[in-house]
Formats: sequence, C-alpha cells, structure tokens
Amino acid sequence: MTTDTFETPNLMLALPEIWMLGMACLVLVVDLFSSDRDHTPAYWLSQVALLGGIVITVQTQWGVDATTFTGNYIADSAAAVLKVAVLLLTFLAFAYSRDYLRDRGMLQGEFYLLTLFAALGMMVTISAHSLLVLYLGVELMSLSLYALVAMRRDSPAASEAAMKYFVLGALASGMLLYGMSMLYGATGSLEISAIADAAADDAGLLLVFGLIFTVVGVAFKFGAVPFHMWVPDVYQGAPTAVTLFIATASKVAAVGLFIRLIGEALGPLQGDWQHMVLLLAVASLLVGNTVALVQTNFKRMLAYSTFNHIGFIFLGFLAGTPEGYGAAMFYAVTYAFTVAAAFGVVMLLSRQGFEAENLDDFKGLNERSPLFALVMLILMVSLTGIPGTVGFYAKWLVLKSTVEAGFIWLAVLAVIGAVIGAFYYLRIVRLCYFDKPEGDGPQPVGSGGFKGLLAANGLAVLLLGLFPGTLVAICMAAFG
Amino acid sequence: MIELSDFLILGAILFSLGMAGIFLNRKNAIVLLMSIELILLAVNFNFIAFSTFMGDLAGQVFVFFILTVAAAESAIGLAILVTLFRSRESINVADLDTMKG
Repeated sequence: MTTDTFETPNLMLALPEIWMLGMACLVLVVDLFSSDRDHTPAYWLSQVALLGGIVITVQTQWGVDATTFTGNYIADSAAAVLKVAVLLLTFLAFAYSRDYLRDRGMLQGEFYLLTLFAALGMMVTISAHSLLVLYLGVELMSLSLYALVAMRRDSPAASEAAMKYFVLGALASGMLLYGMSMLYGATGSLEISAIADAAADDAGLLLVFGLIFTVVGVAFKFGAVPFHMWVPDVYQGAPTAVTLFIATASKVAAVGLFIRLIGEALGPLQGDWQHMVLLLAVASLLVGNTVALVQTNFKRMLAYSTFNHIGFIFLGFLAGTPEGYGAAMFYAVTYAFTVAAAFGVVMLLSRQGFEAENLDDFKGLNERSPLFALVMLILMVSLTGIPGTVGFYAKWLVLKSTVEAGFIWLAVLAVIGAVIGAFYYLRIVRLCYFDKPEGDGPQPVGSGGFKGLLAANGLAVLLLGLFPGTLVAICMAAFG
Repeated sequence: MIELSDFLILGAILFSLGMAGIFLNRKNAIVLLMSIELILLAVNFNFIAFSTFMGDLAGQVFVFFILTVAAAESAIGLAILVTLFRSRESINVADLDTMKG
C-alpha cells in the first residue's frame, strides 16, 4: 500500500456515492432552515437525490469494470444492479411511509437523513474492494439503521427492538472484524483481489479460521438461521416504515456484502465455505417455514418467512458460479420489491393510533378495497412461487444452479419448504377474499400518490412474472 | 522476545471474554456495551500485532478507523439505552422479553 507518489483517484467512478453524500448533506441543511411542518422540501429533495443517484449509477458503473482509490473501490455491473435496486427501494420506502410517519408524529428530517445515510452505507458496501471500505460501509449502514429503529422514542417495543438489534448487530460486526483481522494476517493485505490471489496460493489454517468468522458475521447481517434471533423482534418492534427499509434494501446490500467478501476475496476457498453456506441454507429453509405457520402478527410472519427466502438466496451462493450469483441477485431483488409492496399495504391499512399488523386485519379486504386485495393476491402468490409469477422464476433459477452444482437433495428440500410456505401465504389470500371482518375492519387510507405507487408496485411484480426475461438477462450479464 | 502468537492468544482471550460477557450477562445492559468494546479492542490487538510483525502499515490504519467507529457505536448504543430506560424505567437485560412468538 505504500506508494511514493500520490495518484489522484478517478472520482468519476465513485460519482454515485459522492452524489448521495452531497445530497444527504444538502437535505440536512435545507431541512434545518425550512419551517415546513411536513418536511416537504426534505422529502422532495431526497426523492430527487435517489432518482438522480439511479441515473448516475447506470451512467457511470453499468458495463464498467474498474477500481479506483488505489484499489479500494470497485465499479462494475454487479454493483450497478445492486445499487439501483437499493436506491429504488429507498425511493419506495420514502413514498410509502410519508402518511404513516405524519400520523405518528415521526415525520422528521432525521428520518430522511438517516435513511439516506443508510442507503449510502449500502452503496459503499456494494462497491467495496478492500476490507476497510467494506467495514466502513457496513457500519455506516448499521449505525443508521439502529437509530432508525429507535426513532419512535415513546414506544417500549421499538426501544427494545433497537437494543436487541444494536447488541446483536455490534456482535456481528465484531465477528466480521475478527475474521477480517485473520484474513489480513494470513494474506498480508486488505485489498480484495490481493486476498484472493494469496488465498489461491496457500490456504493456511489462519485463513480458514478467518473465513469461519467472516461467514458467521455475514450470516448475522443477513439474518440467516441460526443467527436470526434479532430479525422477528426488529421487524415487529420497529415502525413499519423502518421495517420496510430493513427488510428490503439491507437484504440487497447483504447480497453485495457476501459477493464481495466471500465470493470474490475468498473465492479460492469455495470448498471450505460451501459446507458452511449449505448448513445455513438448510437451517434457514427448515426453521423459517415451521415457525411462520403459527404467527398471528403479519410483520412477524414476514420476518420468519424471510428465513425461507434467505435460504433460497444462499442456495444461489452455494454453487459459487456466475450463474449462481446472478440467480441469487435476481432472487434478492425481486423478493425485496415484492415485500416492499406487502409492507406498503400494511401502512395503507394503518391509521393514527392503529397498526394493521395482525392477520385478522386483512379479513374481508376485498370488500373494502378490491384493488389492494388484488395487489395482496399478486404479492402472496408471487412469494409462494406459483408458476407464472416472478417468485417462481427466481426460485427456478436458484434451484437450477443448485442442481447443476450437484445438490439435488437440497433442491428437493427447498421445494418442500416452498410448499409449506404456500400454506401461510395463501392463508392471507383466503383472509382477504373469503373471511368476514369483525366489525368494519381497517379502511385503506392514504394519498392518491401513495395508492397509485403501491398499485404500480403490485402491477410491476405481476408484469415481472409475465416477462422476467429482461431482468434475468441484466442479473446474469452483471456477472458475465 | 514476545512472539506473534502471544499477541494473538491475548486477542483471542479478550475476544472470548467479550463474547462471554454478551451471552452470560442477564443483568445490566451497560455490561453489553462494555463487552462490545472489549471485542473491538481484541480485534485492534490482532491488527496491530499482524501489522507490526509483517511490517505493513495498513493494519494500523485500520485500527484508527475501528476506534472511530467504535466511539460512534457506543454513542448510539447509549442513546438507545436512554430511550429504553425512559420507556420502561429499567435497563435489566432479562426484562427485554415483551415480544414473543
């Protein structure tokens, strides 16, 4: 790392992050001087920042494969796809949560600021090409998320969830760092490509030791079983607006974390980490489904069902091939957009002093709002993975790479898991269409823009199921 | 002469102490924050030891970043602890069990 001459880094490659940082600071200042009670300027400026970030990311990083900042930062197509997904999900999170936050007195500039910084942390993680940058990205993301979960200060559940998230998240960072220190000691470098070269030459005991800790740390950040204890409590305790963001964008960022740290840096050790990923995948597939069956809280049910989907994403990683990574990326991105819409419906049905988070609140939704009952139908059928939906293509791609890697029994296990999953997903559909609510049931409330965007999100999930080709091609090309 | 392995063993002991502190502690949430600090310091020990014995400065630079982030992390942890205490008048770890299922 010691160089005699200082080389000016190519700042253009890192333009998406620079833009987001500048805009986040601008949002901070504008919000400070605006007297608008609804924080309208901060909202619109954030949305402009996110949309601008998407354009810049596609322009500067798609189809590129270059490093800058003396090899600490990489711009490539995989980073571009993941970043666009993160930015788009953040955009949706802001648009869906505005009414919800206003009703609960949480519509503050800090919400936008912390979420923007969390998104920036995710982007840095995705584009990291050295252990140092990777760590800083993960921490920027995590620290912002801890604060977001605790934002509802008067709610004991939110404080408790934040404390659990904080302690276990910090523990995960500690594990990750301990593993990184071993990797550094074994390879003598912090740079990802240098670590990969050294690991290919000589995989000593120290390196494998470091590998174990890094895999555990990454599994914690993912929320994979058996490192999943924080997920249900955080999903349930956090404000739904924050749950939406954690459940979607941070999963996409975790895919980036896995691909950079374990896929690229430790790619030569695939034989060693394959078994660990296999165990995580099997445990996630088994535990998530069985516990999700008995939940009565919708947010908690989605938390447990997340494990099932994480299991599928890990199946994609398992193969360690470009096709496998592409399939995992496609799975994570489509899953994130589907779940974003599901949390959107929860926020649509919630109103001041009432959270529509119990399964009973969905009873008879069809009579109150046929449109959003239909959206819910599309989402649940897609999460189940019934043929013709985007969830089916995602599962199919992942299973294809699993079978090609020679794990036929695992593919069978995953399909059985998906069939069990059908039970609790389709139960929601039954509640929406065939059950009568006790009393009136929660009415959908929200601005026209929110409803329109939510319906468009549901329609997008439907259309992706009918025409998945383009997105599949993009995800595969990202690793081509 | 102190060997590299001695430093690594010290780091491992500190790391294990931190882990044990998190999992065994059922009383005070502040002990959790202290355990987290201990884990990070164990990592710093490792980095400095490797960096010194390999003659590569990058590890020591990493330690500066970890120290800075750890400070920010404690600040957020304490802030969450304050909101927790305000809402339930207790920072007993065993009381953090209202959500089940």
